Parts: sequence; structure tokens; C-alpha cells
Amino acid sequence: MNERDIGAEILKVENISLSFGVMKVLDNISFDIRQGEIRSIIGPNGAGKSSMLNVINGFYHPQQGSITFKGETRKQMAPHVAATHGIARTFQNIALFKGMSTLDNIMTGRNLKMKTNLFWQALHIGPARAEELENREAAERIIDFLGIQAIRKKPVGKLPYGLQKRVELGRALAAEPELLLLDEPMAGMNSEEKEDMCRFVLDVNAEFGTTIALIEHDMGVVMDLSDRVLVLDYGKQLADGEPDEVRNNQAVIDAYLGVPHEHA
Amino acid sequence: MIYRETGQFKANYQDDQALFPIDQDRYVIFGILFITFAVVPYLLNQYWLNAILLPFLIYSLAALGLNILTGYCGQLSLGTGAFMAVGAFSVYKLMVAFPELGFIPMVLLSGLITAAVGTLFGLPSLRIKGFYLAVATLAAQFFLIWLFNKVGWFFNYSASGMINAPPMTIFGVIVTGPEANGVAKYYLVAAFVAVFALAAKNIARGRIGRNWMAIRDMDIAAELIGVRPLIAKLSAFAVSSFYIGMAGALYFAVWLGSAEPTEAFDINQSFLVLFMIIIGGLGSVLGSFLGAAFLVILPIMLKNILVDGFGTDSALSAHIEIITVGVLIIGFLIVEPHGLARLWRIAKEKMRLWPFPY
Amino acid sequence: MNMLDFLFFVEVTLSGLMAGVMYSLVALGFVLIFKASGIFNFAQGVMALFAALTLVGLMEKFGFPIWLAIIGTIAVMIALAWLIERVMLRQLVNQEPIILFMATIGLAYVLEGMGDILWGSDVKLLDLGIPQGAWEWLYIRGIYIEKLEMFAAGTAAIMVAFLAVFFQKTRIGRALRAVADDHQAALSVGISLHTIWVIVWSVAGIVALVAGIMWGSKSGVQFSLSLIALKALPVLILGGFTSVPGAIIGGMIIGVGEKLAEVYLGPFVGGAIENWFAYMLALAFLLFRPQGLFGEKIIERV
Repeated sequence: MNERDIGAEILKVENISLSFGVMKVLDNISFDIRQGEIRSIIGPNGAGKSSMLNVINGFYHPQQGSITFKGETRKQMAPHVAATHGIARTFQNIALFKGMSTLDNIMTGRNLKMKTNLFWQALHIGPARAEELENREAAERIIDFLGIQAIRKKPVGKLPYGLQKRVELGRALAAEPELLLLDEPMAGMNSEEKEDMCRFVLDVNAEFGTTIALIEHDMGVVMDLSDRVLVLDYGKQLADGEPDEVRNNQAVIDAYLGVPHEHA
Repeated sequence: MIYRETGQFKANYQDDQALFPIDQDRYVIFGILFITFAVVPYLLNQYWLNAILLPFLIYSLAALGLNILTGYCGQLSLGTGAFMAVGAFSVYKLMVAFPELGFIPMVLLSGLITAAVGTLFGLPSLRIKGFYLAVATLAAQFFLIWLFNKVGWFFNYSASGMINAPPMTIFGVIVTGPEANGVAKYYLVAAFVAVFALAAKNIARGRIGRNWMAIRDMDIAAELIGVRPLIAKLSAFAVSSFYIGMAGALYFAVWLGSAEPTEAFDINQSFLVLFMIIIGGLGSVLGSFLGAAFLVILPIMLKNILVDGFGTDSALSAHIEIITVGVLIIGFLIVEPHGLARLWRIAKEKMRLWPFPY
Repeated sequence: MNMLDFLFFVEVTLSGLMAGVMYSLVALGFVLIFKASGIFNFAQGVMALFAALTLVGLMEKFGFPIWLAIIGTIAVMIALAWLIERVMLRQLVNQEPIILFMATIGLAYVLEGMGDILWGSDVKLLDLGIPQGAWEWLYIRGIYIEKLEMFAAGTAAIMVAFLAVFFQKTRIGRALRAVADDHQAALSVGISLHTIWVIVWSVAGIVALVAGIMWGSKSGVQFSLSLIALKALPVLILGGFTSVPGAIIGGMIIGVGEKLAEVYLGPFVGGAIENWFAYMLALAFLLFRPQGLFGEKIIERV
């Protein structure tokens, strides 16, 4: 592993349990994420990985347990509170604003940085206009970073899947988050697109120091990128540690990874 | 070829974000404004001004309002008629009680009052979505009309329940009531519409407009980004009702002159404005105008063709009109659910290349 | 409360229940179409009006005897369903619900205009020999209940039972439920969307006919019948959009609530509360239980 600045705990998840009616989705999960690291969450489908992210976001409210982010402990919070505290996210099934262009989607991601009120907005002069330009420049920096200049005015609904995922990453980055939650950012991509996405993830972490939590199925990606890996299965915590540790953990192999087959 | 943008480079973001970045568009808009204010009043007679252009402009304002709520923010509302009534009754009470306020401030104030009422009835939108919200707005529609019918204070206890607009002047020219000057009325309404259409376009392309559209497209993701649904939805209701209230005030005071709540502001009015934004294009300022023009001119055109042209009896003509509107709605939804505005945009794209096919 | 007051209360309540059943008849049609195609058919009320108009028209203008007129109207409604599917629904497969809803508003306008042109827009009497007048058995005991309304309640009960069985037990019923969930998925397993829709809209048309008959017998066949559609909305909110029993119970709650409010609250505020009470009730309900009494709880996934 290369030299990186991994600091103290930024997020701590303690004894989180989540149920929908009788269906137990998460069962007593505890782990932490350290500042500046890249943390992966893996496990078979339905293991509760996305639900875990949703709990961190404040979208699902756990029946039990608490989340401590940057020192503040909460049992639950409203979804937009996570955003105001510096958590941003991408989604498994792309949640872009289909009616808007790439640029507008990313500008919406800058929403929390913009404050001018309705009156100035209606006139579009002075503070409103200055703010709009300032945030446009910030958005353009992200567009530059992701290399999507050519599609900035295109309605995102018309973009191919891989580009949509990239735009979604851009929207999340626009908020300048401290913790970035990525839900299967490489799903459905070919190897070239995956390499690009990996490069972006690493760059975001290296250049901006953003802490990243990543759900992913591609084991090659996970083992290469992550500092630590958490394994979930049917809502239960199977393993938690460095990639090599987890790779060799028997329970994980049985539940998820499997063994290489001999071709007879 | 006419519409080619070659040679029009934007050197900074400011230019790129201008209201009309393409030069040709800018010329067209200035042209329209020029025609609206300098040419039309001198060319067209009172009938045209009064029977066609006034309602067109007023309905455009209402359509803009509803488009903000339903087109940009995705909250379906069937209460437009009732909110127009709020605007109308507000301006009526103001005209009667405080005539020295000046008509324009009264209209603005009616808008604000309607915005308050609209925000109140918009509160359910925080828990309720889609069709269910439409039902909540229906509650507003029926309740408010009942209120204006029953409670005498609103119509100053007149025996018929109707309200009549007393004459008001602006700079000495009478703009309301039976002796109002037709050209003055036109200028007044046109000015209102121009100013507020500009405001709407500005709001729509800024942070607030983007937040509205975010809520419309994916409200959960929007919330997770930090867009507060409460503020976004209520602001949409407020701004939308502001516009619709002003439209109602102008509808009553400047165009109709007198009104009775169950006729002028009933649920058919709500549907009419909804149809305007469907046909015109949801989420489009231009669409609001196109839709209003379409649905104001259509009945007049049909009546002229059928009754005057073919001599059909007017009851039959009314029925045919209803059928035609219905067919058009279905037709538009099938062919171009995004309305005339989208068709226009497609036409512009073709114009970029004309005379080449691609 | 003395005996007279209590009897009066019972009478109002029962009357409300009956009125509620009438609402349910219309709501049933909505539920059918929504359950099977995910479309909220705004035109349901107008369909009831159109069906009743056709029935009366066949009897008066063409002199059909009652049974023939009913069969004729059913045939017309089936033809109408086929036409709607062909011209409108087919072109709107997989569009968003709000677009489909607005299309049905357009449809309502078309049907209204056509009904007016074909059969005239004056009020018509509908007399099918359904018993009218007070139910003597109760009347002697001091409660006035219309025989007609009892008849409607009975008919509704039969229809509900039939429909419930239809949806749960038959192959077509299952197919209908699949279609309601996801048009494209249903197509991909070989369910013929078009046939299903014609069937559903036909059944809804027949339900509309029954509703039209009941309402028409009660207060004459006239335009206000189509406004009942709007009243059905609060019924559906309470009962849930996809539940047949919910439509009945929702209807009864609305019916009773409206009548009680009108009688007991009305005098304080000048009357005519019926115009909006149902909606306010539904609104209050929605605030506490957004999915209605019987609707499915929506769990949102991201």
C-alpha cells in the first residue's frame, strides 16, 4: 500500500439493527471508517449493503443502534442533515434528475453552497448572479476532472449508462463532501469504464482527501482499492479487516467469494 | 442556415448563462416585445384586444403559475380556479376598502395573499404525493369556492353574491370597470405579464428552479443531496399561487368586470389551465404562453367556423368544442407529451440545419 | 338524547351508508381499472353518465324493452372499451401515470360531449321498475330508508363478491394484477396487454352502467352524474386505490360522514357542506395514513 494520510475515525456505526416489519435487514452491525481511507462493503445480493448506506444517510431509520459522525452521535437524522454535515452519495440505480442537463445536475449538487433568496433570484442581478457564476466555476472544475465537457448541456436521460454514472459521481463531488458513499459505482460497466472509474475514485481520495465508502461486487476492484473491507451477509456482519485478511476468511469464502475451480 | 450558431462563441460563463444565448433568439424576443408594446395596440381593434389578447395574457400568467408548481416542481394541483378566486376576492376587498392604495399595488398584494393561502394548502404536499395531492388540492378548490359563496363578508353582502370591480385609475387612466380604456388595460396586463415572465425564467434557471426540478424528478435523491423538500415544495406553492392570484385579480378586475365564484372560478377553470400547460409544455415558460394561446383562441376559432361559418346551433357547437378539447388533449399526450414547447424546440433544431436534412 | 333524536340519528346514518354504497359503485370502476392497468380513470363518472344516457336513449328513442336496452348498452360499453384501448391506451403504453391520468381527463371531455350530442343534454327520467319509496318495515318504526337504496346496496354487494372472486381465483384475474404492477414485465411473460385492457375497461363499463342506473333512478340522468366521479376520489383515498372491499368501506365512511356533517354541522355554517366535506375528510385522513385504509404501504427504495 502507498503512503497515505489515514487519520482518526470519522464515522462510527454501533449496533445498528434495521427491520421492515418482520424482515430483518441489518442485524447488529458495528464498524468504523477512518478519515481519508477507502472502505469497501461487500457481500451477496440482498445482504443489506445499500440499506446500510441508507441508514448512514438518514434515509432509513434503524430500530436500534447509533451513528457517530465527526464526533456527533445520533440515533437517527433527517436525510438532508447528512448532506449538510458533509456526506454525499451515489445510488445503485442511478438517481439523476432526468429532466435536467449534466451541468444542471451538478449545479444542483452545489445547492448547499448557494444561499441567495427568491427576490434576488427573480431579478438575476447582483448577488444572485455572482453566486451563480461562482458555483458555475466550481461545477466546471468537476466537469473538467471527470472529462465530461462534451455532454454538459445534454439532458442526462439521454446519456449512455456509463456516462450517467460519471455524472452522478460529479453531482456527489459538487457538494465537496467529507465522506462519499458510492453504491456500486461500477455496476454494468466494461473493463475500460471500470478502470476510469477506479482512477476517479483514487484521484478523489488522493487530491481532495475525501473519505470513501464503497459498495462493489468486482473483487479485483475491491482488493486493489480498499484499505479495509467489511463483509455483510443476510444483514449480519461476517468479517471486517484488511483485504488480504478478508480474502482468506473461511466464512467469507463460504458465503460469497467461493474458491477457484479446477478445470478438469 | 438562418439559425446556425457558427461564429457565436461564448468567452465566459456569464455569456453562456445569458437568458438568450443565441443571437437569433434575442432578436426574436426583442421583436416580440416591440410588437407587443409598440405595434399591437395601434393595429388591432378593441374586439381583438379585449376578447382575445387580454384573456390570452391573463391566462398565460395563470399558466405560468401552474407550470411552476406542476411543471417545474411536479406537484399536481387541481385548485387553480379557487386560487384565482382568492386573488379576485382579495383585489375586490382591497379596491372597496382601500381605494387610495393604487391598483398595481393592490394586484401585487392580492398575489401575496394568494401566496399565503396557497402555502397553507400546500402543506399536505409534505406527506402526500401524486394523485393524492391532487385530491388535497381539490379539497382547496371546493372548500374555497363554497367559502366565497357562503360568507357574505367576501362579496360585501350583495344580494346576488357577485362582485363588481369599481373603477380604478392608473396615472389618470381608468383601467377597471365598464368605462375602462381598452388600450390602457392591454398595456397594464402586458406589462405585468412581461415582468413576471422574466422573473419566472430567472427563478427557473437558478438555484430555486433547479431544486424544484430535482424534487420533481427524484425527490428522495434530492433530499439526500440536501434539498429540503419542505422549503422547495412550499416555495413552489407560494410562488405559483402568487402568479395565479395576480392572474385571478386581473381576470376579475380588468377583464370580466364582475364575477360570481361558482361560475368564474370553478373546477373547469382548474382543468382549463392544467390543459394549457399540458398542451403548451410542462416546465417551460414558452409552453405556458403557447398553451394559453391555443386554448384561448381555439374556442373562438371553432365558434367562428361552426356557428358563423356552417350555421351550427351554438349548443351543438359548445358540445363539439368540448369533444375537440378532449381529443386534442389525448392527441397531444400521445404524440408529444411534452407539448408545443418541445415541438418548437424540435423545430428549432431542424432550423439549425435547414435546408439540409441532417 | 331522546328516542326521536336517536331514531333520526339512525336514519341519517343509514341514509349515509346507502349514499356511501352508491359512491362505492362508482369507486369500484376506478379500482378495477387502476388495479389492472395502473391508470386512474378520471372518465369513470362520465362513463356512468354515458352508459345511463345510452340506456335511456335506447329505451326512449328506439323503443327497446328494458332487457334489450340493457344488453344493448352493455354491447355499447364493450365497443367503447375496445375503441378506447385501440385509439388511446395502445399509444400510451408505459407512459408515466400522470400522463395517463391526464389522458383520461381528455377522454372524459370527449365522452361528455359525445353523450350530449348523441342523446341530448336535458335531464332524463330513468324508470326501470326498481322499487321506489320508503321501506315500510322500517318506516313504521320511525326510520325512513329508500327501497331504491337498499336495492343498490344489494346489487353492490353481489358485484363486489363477484369481482373479488374474479380477481383472486381466475387466470384472467391474475393476469390483470400482473398488468397493474408492470406493463412491460407482463408483456414479456406473454400476457396480451391489449386483450386484458379491453376486458377490464368493459367490466368497468358495466360497473359504470350499474352505477349509472342506480344514480339515474334516484335523481334522473343528468350531467351532475359525471361529477360523482370527483366524489369518488375521497372514497378511493380512504379505501385505497387497489382494494375492492376498500372502495365499499371507503364509500360508506364518506357517505355517513357527509350526511352527518351536513345535518349536524351544516346549520352552523350555512349549509351545503356536502360540497367539500368529503375532500377535507380525505385530506385529514391522508395526513395520518398516506396510503389509505387498505392501500399497500409504499416502501421507497433508493
